[in-house]
Amino acid sequence: MGDWKTITVPVLSSDSKNIFEYTSEKKISAPSMNSQVLRLPLPSSKNMHSFFSAFCTEENIEQSISYLDRELTTLGFPSIYMESKEKELNLISIINCMNELLVWQHKNLRAQEEVEMQHLKLSSDMDHLQNCYAKLKVQKLQNIISSRATQYNHDMKRKEREYNKLKERLHQLVMNKKDKKIAMEVLNYVGRADGKRGAWRTDKTEARNEEEMYKVLLSDYEQRQKQLLVENAELKKVLQQMKKEIISLLPPQKQKPKERSEDGPVLSDLEEDIGELNKENMWELSCETVREQLTNSIRKQWRMLKNHVEKLDNQVSRVHSGALNEKDVISREDHELQTEKLELEIQQCKEMIKTQQQLLQQQLMSPCDDDTTLLLQDCYLLEERERLQEEWTLFREQKKNFEKERRSFTEAAIRLGLERKAFEEDRGAWLKQQFLSMSTDYKHSENVTTPSAFLGSSDQDNRLVKSTSQQRKPHCMLSGPVSAEPCQTPQYIIRNSSSAASKKPAGDSKPNQWVESDKEETQ
Amino acid sequence: MDFSELFKLSGLLGKFSPDGKCLVSGGRPLRDFLCWLFRIFVWSLEQPDWHCKIDEGSAGLVASCWSPDGRHILNTTEFHLRITVWSLCTKSVSYIKYPKACQQGIAFTRDGRYMAVAERRDCKDFVSIFVCSDWQLLRHFDTETQDLFGIDWAPNGCVLAVWDTCLEYKILLYSLDGRLLSTYRAYEWSLGIKSIAWSPSSQFLAIGSYDEKVRILNHVTWKKITEFEHPATVANKRTIVYKEVEKSPSVETERLSFPPTRALASSLFSTQSKYDIAQVPVSLQYVKPVADRANPKMGIGMLAFSPDNCFLATKNDNIPNAVWIWDVQKLKLSVVLEQLCGIQCFQWDPRQPRLAVCTGNSKVYLWSPAGCVAVQVPGEGDFPIVSLSWSSSGDSLALLSKDNFCVCYLEKEEVK
Repeated sequence: MGDWKTITVPVLSSDSKNIFEYTSEKKISAPSMNSQVLRLPLPSSKNMHSFFSAFCTEENIEQSISYLDRELTTLGFPSIYMESKEKELNLISIINCMNELLVWQHKNLRAQEEVEMQHLKLSSDMDHLQNCYAKLKVQKLQNIISSRATQYNHDMKRKEREYNKLKERLHQLVMNKKDKKIAMEVLNYVGRADGKRGAWRTDKTEARNEEEMYKVLLSDYEQRQKQLLVENAELKKVLQQMKKEIISLLPPQKQKPKERSEDGPVLSDLEEDIGELNKENMWELSCETVREQLTNSIRKQWRMLKNHVEKLDNQVSRVHSGALNEKDVISREDHELQTEKLELEIQQCKEMIKTQQQLLQQQLMSPCDDDTTLLLQDCYLLEERERLQEEWTLFREQKKNFEKERRSFTEAAIRLGLERKAFEEDRGAWLKQQFLSMSTDYKHSENVTTPSAFLGSSDQDNRLVKSTSQQRKPHCMLSGPVSAEPCQTPQYIIRNSSSAASKKPAGDSKPNQWVESDKEETQ
Repeated sequence: MDFSELFKLSGLLGKFSPDGKCLVSGGRPLRDFLCWLFRIFVWSLEQPDWHCKIDEGSAGLVASCWSPDGRHILNTTEFHLRITVWSLCTKSVSYIKYPKACQQGIAFTRDGRYMAVAERRDCKDFVSIFVCSDWQLLRHFDTETQDLFGIDWAPNGCVLAVWDTCLEYKILLYSLDGRLLSTYRAYEWSLGIKSIAWSPSSQFLAIGSYDEKVRILNHVTWKKITEFEHPATVANKRTIVYKEVEKSPSVETERLSFPPTRALASSLFSTQSKYDIAQVPVSLQYVKPVADRANPKMGIGMLAFSPDNCFLATKNDNIPNAVWIWDVQKLKLSVVLEQLCGIQCFQWDPRQPRLAVCTGNSKVYLWSPAGCVAVQVPGEGDFPIVSLSWSSSGDSLALLSKDNFCVCYLEKEEVK
């Protein structure tokens, strides 16, 4: 039941807000009401407090309690005053009364709901019945009309038959009387419209007439069929064109993988369809399957296009509302900024390219500048220097080679000189021997053949000496370019043969000198 | 525009054809005839000494018409006992029994080869198709109608439209060889078809009915492709409404003389009128007929296609002063002409989309896509035009009143 505070009279004054009597207009009708009691409907919760205090305030507590007691007793509730003492409230009875009132309230509400439901039902039933009634009325009238119509038709037929009978009679009577008078007088015959003579009516003519009639009908049908064929062909062409255009309008499925997965198989189907239905002869076929294929494919693509357009619309609307969920969707301002930036970049690049081109042009076309000529000259000098350096290296190499050769020559010459010296000494010695032996052998002159050989050789040697001395001199001349000194050695050797011992050191020194001079030269 | 003198229209059943008393039939020479109660006199204009007299006997004549080749005359006897076909070439006679007594019981194809006749035998309707060259019966079949009201060939001569009495909305389409192609019923119980019209290309069949609507059927499926409504308020912004207004004649007082000359008198007493363009929405004068009388003046009473297949002119009898012109290519209401008096008759120029309208006064109204003009027929006295008829070349227009007629010559527009 909730929290209930203990209510006693003094407390009541402070908690007067909790007491409230709801007097519904229908039930309670106390004529002499306390002016403070108001007949008001249940208020809203907002002004509940203020309203609750309108009935009972601090001043009129006694009066309001007595009023409540009167009302409750008239309704059949027990008094809220204590039995024994007046002016004392019976808490239990108050609580019971309140509970009873609440229960009553619930019941009344339920009853009200039921009544409303019934009212609704009845009104809908009424509408239904009214409709039925109207329909029935219409049907009734129609039945009346149909019955009258049948009656009328029957009557009409009867009258018609009577009329026909009369007509026949009249016809007979009239025809019988003035048969002769029916005549036609023509002054001249008139030719037929087409100029031909009249023909008898025979079976042949009948057949011909039939034929003519069918020809007329056939030609008409053929004409209509031609028109329809032409129309069909045009419509098919239009459909094909539309299909192609719709396919071209549909977006390439690169950006959105989702769509690709959906439309992937469809695209391949599309391509197949295109391949099939773009064949020329397919247009001529008018069988059901081809027609269905064409219309179905167009419907499919149209749906896809519609979806695409709807998506685009959604995107646009979303952009306008500010929610940029999609990554590829860029707001208009950003897009514009980016385009501006790109344009600036392009401008700058273009300018750079221009300047570069200008510079290049200058380079190629105008070399009359001093700076440039100097530069050029420097370049040429560099080239020359490099070339010179190359030649130097060559030259040095060659020089080295020459030096090598010269050294080898000089060594060979020295060796030769030494060998000559040795030879000269040997010759000298042999000559001595020879001389000695000759003098001895003069005594022994018949037996010495070898010395003849030797002599011969000595002669030869003499001759050699002479030749060599003769030869030495030219040898001296021959070896002139190498150095002048070595030609002195053969002279020295000749002198040596004459006085070998004494001038030996000088001779030795000379080769030494010679060698030294050689060394000097090499250094 | 030139107008001829007023001529006397003689005879009760004088059939006058435009082109100045001429009937062009295949470009052949021309005849005219007067028809009295029992006799028919035929003259030739080319050969004035040729004439012919036909005696029908004691059975009087109800109607008489030429065959398309101009060599035969078809007489319908009184009480529709029979139709007699008189041949002017062979002097032979053929009879068609049990013709149907209805508004349009005989119909010729446009090329004149076939003729359809509605018959009724033992309370059943039949249609017979004859070959006009030798009047041999080609086909004879019964129709599923209660009471056949009319028959009409399509311009291509291959389809025959047969429609039922106004008590039953039913139209049947038969092929030339008598096969039923299709049946169309828009609704039941209410009054049905009032008028029909074929489009010149045979593509469309317009059916005007008592429910103030026109339904258009197409020749491929014979199903309705659209319906045109004729409400009392025209609300579509794209529709042009031409309203006829009277303008008071301006008379210069200095010119007045005594006695007044004829021209002056006629100009004083006849009111000039011109067209104004009314702002949409326009509410038209709507008349609700008395419900308990027969043949009520309601529904679409007149229908006509223009020769180039572009326009359809209709008249709703509930709105008797207005002509509705529909654009057939767009299937929309194009123009409404609102007149001061009730529309009596309108007809399209056979060569171009030009509509001539007469409303019972002495003015003729012409509409074309370029605009709309009201022309006063000069002449003394009253000349209430109740009917008009174009010549086949579209150069002249015959205007008929009850007793008189006049021919109006139209200048050809110079092509720049």
